Amino acid sequence: MSRKSERRMTRAATLSDTKMSRGQTVLRGVVLGLGALVFLFPFYYMVIGSLQTKPDPTVAGAFPNPANLTFDNYVAIDERINLWTGLVNSGIFTAGVLLGTLVFGMLAGYALAQLQWRGRGVTFALALLVQVVPFQLLMIPLYVLIARDYGLSDNYVGMILPYFINSAAVVIFRQYFLQLPKELFEAARIDGASELALLWRIAIPLVRPALITVVLLTFIGPWNEFLWPFLITKDAALQPLAVSLANYISNVAASAANPFGATLAGAVVLAAPVVVLFIIVQRYFISTDIGSSVKG
Amino acid sequence: MTAIRTGGRPARAGTPGKKRGGPRRKVGLLGRNPLGLLFSAPYLVFVLLVFAYPLVYAFWIAFHDFFFAAPGAQVDRPFVGLDNFVAAFSDPAVIRSFGNVGIFLLINVPLTVVLALVLATALNKVVRFRGFLRVSYYVPYVTASVAVVGVWLFLFSGSGLVNQLLGPLAPDPSWLISETWAMPTIAIFVTWKQLGFYILLYLAALQNVPKELYESASTDGAGAIRSFFSVTVPGVRPATVLVLLVSTVTGANLFTEPYLLTGGGGPNGASASPVLIMYQKGLQQGQPDIASAIGVVLVLLVLIIAFLQNRFAGERD
Repeated sequence: MSRKSERRMTRAATLSDTKMSRGQTVLRGVVLGLGALVFLFPFYYMVIGSLQTKPDPTVAGAFPNPANLTFDNYVAIDERINLWTGLVNSGIFTAGVLLGTLVFGMLAGYALAQLQWRGRGVTFALALLVQVVPFQLLMIPLYVLIARDYGLSDNYVGMILPYFINSAAVVIFRQYFLQLPKELFEAARIDGASELALLWRIAIPLVRPALITVVLLTFIGPWNEFLWPFLITKDAALQPLAVSLANYISNVAASAANPFGATLAGAVVLAAPVVVLFIIVQRYFISTDIGSSVKG
Repeated sequence: MTAIRTGGRPARAGTPGKKRGGPRRKVGLLGRNPLGLLFSAPYLVFVLLVFAYPLVYAFWIAFHDFFFAAPGAQVDRPFVGLDNFVAAFSDPAVIRSFGNVGIFLLINVPLTVVLALVLATALNKVVRFRGFLRVSYYVPYVTASVAVVGVWLFLFSGSGLVNQLLGPLAPDPSWLISETWAMPTIAIFVTWKQLGFYILLYLAALQNVPKELYESASTDGAGAIRSFFSVTVPGVRPATVLVLLVSTVTGANLFTEPYLLTGGGGPNGASASPVLIMYQKGLQQGQPDIASAIGVVLVLLVLIIAFLQNRFAGERD
């Protein structure tokens, strides 16, 4: 459903609600406002805490105090875990997954939606099944295979491999390509266009807004992932930021001067790229897109 | 589970074309567009390599005497039947971790369903600040667990803001170092972190509830609360089944939060999760066979729970 019609329905709902008592509207506002506060406050507190010279856990500490503000925590965390290296590693991990998903995931999604071939049903069923296989069961064999048998520990390839093609993205791509009229493709095929040309010149331009949802969903997976890169990288120079920050929290923080400040400074650096990206693209991030993909 | 069931339909819809035969010269052994197979080949190879083979391998490891050996070394790994399962479950720490995840699910799953549905219903009707509210609800979901764990450590520490606000009501020992409160605090954390995703699912489902039902409920004199229970709740039942399934699977996968929030499942293993124990046993102590056995049992339990949820919360017809 488009955003516009979603908005229209909301307006219709509100119109019919004029009968509803004022009290209920106020109650709804209070519930939603409280919800927003609970969701946003920890992020505000993350930023405030990362700027405090001395951690101030009192209620007054939740408000900025010019006498207690500093960027020293960012310098401190950078000295211990090298934020830049972490960001670059997270970036490489994420870029690898985005590349695999956008190229091979999109090809598979297109084939599932617009082409008739033997094994299509099985492939689609696999794409759904993969999403319900819990990672905890695969953790041990994947570690044995990738780190021990293939010797890919402390290696970007080993880090990217289990996430290379996002199955949820394959299902979303299929969903989008399915909505495009078949006649469009039949006509171009008769004109002698190759399937790759069809995908590149017709299908992709038509689903461009939808690509943003897929990019965002695919991005947050590897960027935020902790367990797998943590298992596979022991060399600090190769660790994504989520792993090096976690190592700081569990090992180093206890011996630091202002452990909370430094941890929160690292947290801000880790969270900022995703939060900024999300705020930029949120208007394209439409609830029904995700809903349809998860339901198949 | 719903995903698989609905997924079966398009698969079957694909086959009649083959049975009918169609224009004979066009339909080859690989279907009308064999190129489709070529396009999907990288993805299929990926699934075989990273999911199918490791999945089979996980079961194989669980039933054999498996240990880490130098790459290429020829070692004997005899079949040992259920020995690994017996060894795993005669360890009280393993039993405790399953109990812990049970506590986690009992708090996390109902809380998630209720809060996500209530907030999605309220959000669905609101017009002003819609964009702002959406962003604020989804932000915890898109942010790394490792980053927000940092803030929660600060908020819930002994002299943290939460205890400052609670004053004399603050638990002693504090949240994350108390055997009673460690697991519930983690459950609340994960509920908060993931709620945006479930709100998103419910918002999508709410668009499919026919507006006429609300109108006729209102004509029959039902108030907002009444129509919430008799129209909204049954109307979004498929989404509820999905939310139950996904939150249960997510809960069973719990690792990062006990590893970081409670310093590796403390105090005294009160917040250790099965996956944390799998990591400790399998990779730290070099017993991948026992860890795999724990994984197999965990997945079987999740499947049983998912089946029961589908049975009792799913559609009745």
